Amino acid sequence: MQRKHNQKAWFLVLPVFLLVAFSAIIPLMTVVNYSVQDSFGNNEFYWVGAEWFVEILNSERFHSALGRQLMFSGLVLAIEVPLGIFIALSMPKKGWGASICLVLMALPLLIPWNVVGTIWQIFAREDIGLLGHTLAALGVDYNYTQDAVAAWITVVVMDVWHWTSLVVLLCYAGLSSIPDAFYQAAKIDGASRWAVFRYIQLPKMKRVLMIAVLLRFMDSFMIYTEPFVLTGGGPGNATTFLSIDLVKMAIGQFDLGPAAAFSLVYFLIVLLVSWVFYTVVTVQDAEASK
Amino acid sequence: MAEIHLKDISHAYMPEPKGPEDYALKALDHVWQDGGAYALLGPSGCGKTTLLNIISGLLTPSEGAVKFGEQDVTTLDTAHRNIAQVFQFPVIYDTMTVRQNLAFPLRNRGVSAGDIDARVLEVADLLGIIDRLDEKASGLTADAKQIISLGRGLVRRDVNAILFDEPLTVIDPHLKWQLRSKLKALHQQFGFTMIYVTHDQTEALTFADKVVVMNDGEVLQIGTPEELFEKPIHTFVGYFIGSPGMNFLDAKVDGNQAMIAGQSIALTANYADTHNGKTEVGIRPEFLSLHSPDHKTNAGIRVTVQTVEDLGRHRVVKVDAAGTPVTVLVHEDEEVPSGDATLVFDPARTLVYRDSRLVEGVG
Repeated sequence: MQRKHNQKAWFLVLPVFLLVAFSAIIPLMTVVNYSVQDSFGNNEFYWVGAEWFVEILNSERFHSALGRQLMFSGLVLAIEVPLGIFIALSMPKKGWGASICLVLMALPLLIPWNVVGTIWQIFAREDIGLLGHTLAALGVDYNYTQDAVAAWITVVVMDVWHWTSLVVLLCYAGLSSIPDAFYQAAKIDGASRWAVFRYIQLPKMKRVLMIAVLLRFMDSFMIYTEPFVLTGGGPGNATTFLSIDLVKMAIGQFDLGPAAAFSLVYFLIVLLVSWVFYTVVTVQDAEASK
Repeated sequence: MAEIHLKDISHAYMPEPKGPEDYALKALDHVWQDGGAYALLGPSGCGKTTLLNIISGLLTPSEGAVKFGEQDVTTLDTAHRNIAQVFQFPVIYDTMTVRQNLAFPLRNRGVSAGDIDARVLEVADLLGIIDRLDEKASGLTADAKQIISLGRGLVRRDVNAILFDEPLTVIDPHLKWQLRSKLKALHQQFGFTMIYVTHDQTEALTFADKVVVMNDGEVLQIGTPEELFEKPIHTFVGYFIGSPGMNFLDAKVDGNQAMIAGQSIALTANYADTHNGKTEVGIRPEFLSLHSPDHKTNAGIRVTVQTVEDLGRHRVVKVDAAGTPVTVLVHEDEEVPSGDATLVFDPARTLVYRDSRLVEGVG
């Protein structure tokens, strides 16, 4: 069949194209531009090629920030995912209890990120904070501004408090979509509580769980505001994650070239991990539906 | 193994039922004979599934007791009753193969691996799915999934009764017949009790030896398909069973005469005229005939023919009898008068209902 081509149709896509260009492509290109040049003020730029990239990829500073970042994301996922599933399973399925639980769960998600940081900054303070002061009164040696371990615990607990709800809500949605007949059939088949979880609930939750893991990975990998407000990356560099380090480099030291290279490497890591994850999920899905 | 006795049970989903309208299942006392094939028939929301879930133990009745033979199982949980249930939507365990699905109820009950393998093969052979045992269950069609649900019930040796909750709803029409005959064959082979819930009368009447007709939480009649057809004891049963359903006309009955819209028809028995409530005459469309207006009879009334639908073997004629619509089945060879006609009742098939219940005449 002969198809008519109407070149004017391109005009219909133009607004979106321009919008994306302004919001994403042009800023990204600016960063690319900085990453291959050096500047000494006065708007003078010198071509340096891949030098900044080589420097960043070989720098001890980047390696340790990346290590801390991976450790943070790993810890956060390892706690939030099982905890989220557990809470979702324990929530009532219907009635007023369910509504109350859902509202309570949604609350932490509605708080602005810097407020979350501030809440925990005060909450965990040894002198006036409810948590910090109580711990001190109990004789626990806990001071997140001095001790790296205490700082890590505080940052991780804060993130768990803030984001477990997201996992809970996604899992809860997955659980609600399971028809009653499945539970009834399992009862008739004599399935134990564990078997019900393993063979009915987990498989039905798998899809939303994948989304939850992906979202939590990306968000925790790019975390900035809360630890910045809480610890400012300290004590020392103990909680300086990639984005905090990047901001220090770009705005604190005004090393625009290395910072631009840093951002691009950072961006590519997130993109790569998400892509790998997405591919694994879709391949599995395709196999499951065969 | 044993008959199932529902002893004065009733069920309400709300905690403190006040009147009969609060009950999803009204008082019922019935014994399901061991090895019987029963159908539970009624419109959606009439309490069929509630009744089924009480038998399988998914629900505990608000009142009354459930007995399997001599044993009282009212509070016994589902897993420990020798009951299997097949649901409206096929339930399979997605991550397992067909073989693992069939083995699941046995594994949960701690049967040894050797016994499980042997039993699974036996059941798979019976259901004709032996060559698909190692396929992933999630990829199967709806009817294959439903067969596996059934297989999970059959695989347990102790199963005494299998309950079906509208199991063919999601199955393609041409496969329904196959599955239904498979069920019948299995029933004849093994003789376990089968209780089959449906709102489709064809399904109920072809499947069951005994049909239980329910409406609004109440069991109206339990009988063979013939009984339901010939002597419905409640107007709802008459209306619900049969296609088209039974006709009911307001009447005044005295002795062996019924007066319908001022014209009398003969009855075969005597009925006392002592009733103050609503009296109706019921007759199936099959037992009515249409004649020309000047036809002489002692069991006819004047009607007006309104519409005629030709269904091939017979025609469905809608007539107006002094304001009441009546349906008549006319054989393809017979004439249908147009306009005015005489509607003739077969006296032997003309039944009398008072307050919707069948009453028997004397003599």
